[in-house]
Amino acid sequence: MVLPMKNSKKWYIIPYYLWIALFVIAPLALIVYYSFFNIEGNLSLENYEKFFTSVYLFMTLNSFWYALLITLISLLIAYPTAYILTKTRHKQLWLLLIILPSWINLLLKAYAFIGIFGTYGVTNKTLEFLGIGKQQILFTDFSFLFVSVYIFIPFMILPIFNSLEKLNPSLVYASQDLGASSWTTFRKIIFPLTIDGVKSGCQAVFIPSLSLFMITRLIAGNRVITLGTAIEEHFLITQDWGMGSTIAVFLIIIMIIIMVLTGNRKRGV
Amino acid sequence: MKKLSKWSVFYLCLVFVVLYAPIFYLIFYSFNSGGTMHNFEDFTLDWYKELFHDSRLLIIVLNTIIIALLSAAISTIIGVLGAISISMMRKKSMRDSVLSLNNILIVSPDVIIGASFLIFFTILGIKLGFFSVLISHIAFSIPIVVIMVLPKLEEMSPTLVDAALDLGASGKEVLTKVIIPYISPGILAGFFMALTYSLDDFAVTFFVTGNGFTTLSVEIYSLARRGISLNINALSSLLFLLTLILVIGYYFITKRANKQMGVK
Repeated sequence: MVLPMKNSKKWYIIPYYLWIALFVIAPLALIVYYSFFNIEGNLSLENYEKFFTSVYLFMTLNSFWYALLITLISLLIAYPTAYILTKTRHKQLWLLLIILPSWINLLLKAYAFIGIFGTYGVTNKTLEFLGIGKQQILFTDFSFLFVSVYIFIPFMILPIFNSLEKLNPSLVYASQDLGASSWTTFRKIIFPLTIDGVKSGCQAVFIPSLSLFMITRLIAGNRVITLGTAIEEHFLITQDWGMGSTIAVFLIIIMIIIMVLTGNRKRGV
Repeated sequence: MKKLSKWSVFYLCLVFVVLYAPIFYLIFYSFNSGGTMHNFEDFTLDWYKELFHDSRLLIIVLNTIIIALLSAAISTIIGVLGAISISMMRKKSMRDSVLSLNNILIVSPDVIIGASFLIFFTILGIKLGFFSVLISHIAFSIPIVVIMVLPKLEEMSPTLVDAALDLGASGKEVLTKVIIPYISPGILAGFFMALTYSLDDFAVTFFVTGNGFTTLSVEIYSLARRGISLNINALSSLLFLLTLILVIGYYFITKRANKQMGVK
């Protein structure tokens, strides 16, 4: 659409470009700028040296490992769910119901699990009833993974559902007619054709799980330190903005790499 | 269509139960007189009464709603204007680069948005509080509005604008009488998304809120760190109701808007 308007009348686009300059470019530039200042406020590469020590590298690896686990578990649960959803009769309604919990405030959901996984919570009651006995569930890796997957799963289901919906069913019928087993049909037809949805789902889960900090504090009791927790700690607790910015720079770099890796390469297909 | 196998139905039910169990668990215990989230003693509405007498919390709720409404309204205006300017771009490379700049805040982790805005406000000397939170919420809602409005602008036929111009409409009239009415479903969707993003946000607000000002999410976080208090449960059932109303409202509004478009 082209509106023939004189340049003088383009005042109305100013706020939007001002926003891009002030709230997209400037903050990112500031993060990079601050990453070159050590805690005394002197210009140095100290923070980058620190980042490549074993403490921070281990933390990054650890954060990666948890994010990978969260993404994989989400995918394993979400794919069948999305697949079954596309076969139901009122699929749009069911999809809405799947997405509805993601609109409930995140904090409240995390808080619910403090009750559910607590020492006297319903999970321990069930375990006692089954004769297994009380377990420490809250503040473990299990509770962290469970709650994270719980929170992210709608974001994995949605894109997979959409790509399954776009899949032409005659391709599946053709494969079945030609004698392929359901597993082969899935492996060779359905999954490759919905890989875009899987990719954007993984992207929507992996990047936020690298930067989680609220759940690590509430559910994992500071046992799990992610990149997000580290950034939060440096900015709000130790006030070492330089180091916090350095970690943020690496998080941004990782994010860009992931987006390039999972980017849609539609032109090639 | 094949009927779903028993296993599929079972699996789907399981997913739904797990998704909804925590929410109903919270709501269930909000009626517990025992004061804990395990032993259900007696039915009581005390926690709700306490909630409505807690003036500090009520002010926080009010703040949260004011921030959400204001930020959604302002970001919708800026976002719509931005989307219009993007849709008018002729050069594809230019358009793509503006769009990718637009999307940066959508894909960035909240922690990075929060941390970078904190630096930004501190450097400019803006006091952390109501305004810093409001500005941040406007900032992260704008790209969402653009994404919701742009497809509507794209499906709009350019002949509509040409016709209006031929009939002697000024640029401003074209904008207010042709373009904006046409894209109103997108604008509405953008507004609602901005509203829910603002109501839901925790991480960004947590960074830029300072000491004096709190929104609901931040307040729940600090309460939850201290342990269980059934006030939060009561609050969560009310919020669940509010969310349901918002979603149903959104559903019907978009449905009606789509219908109206169909009639035209």
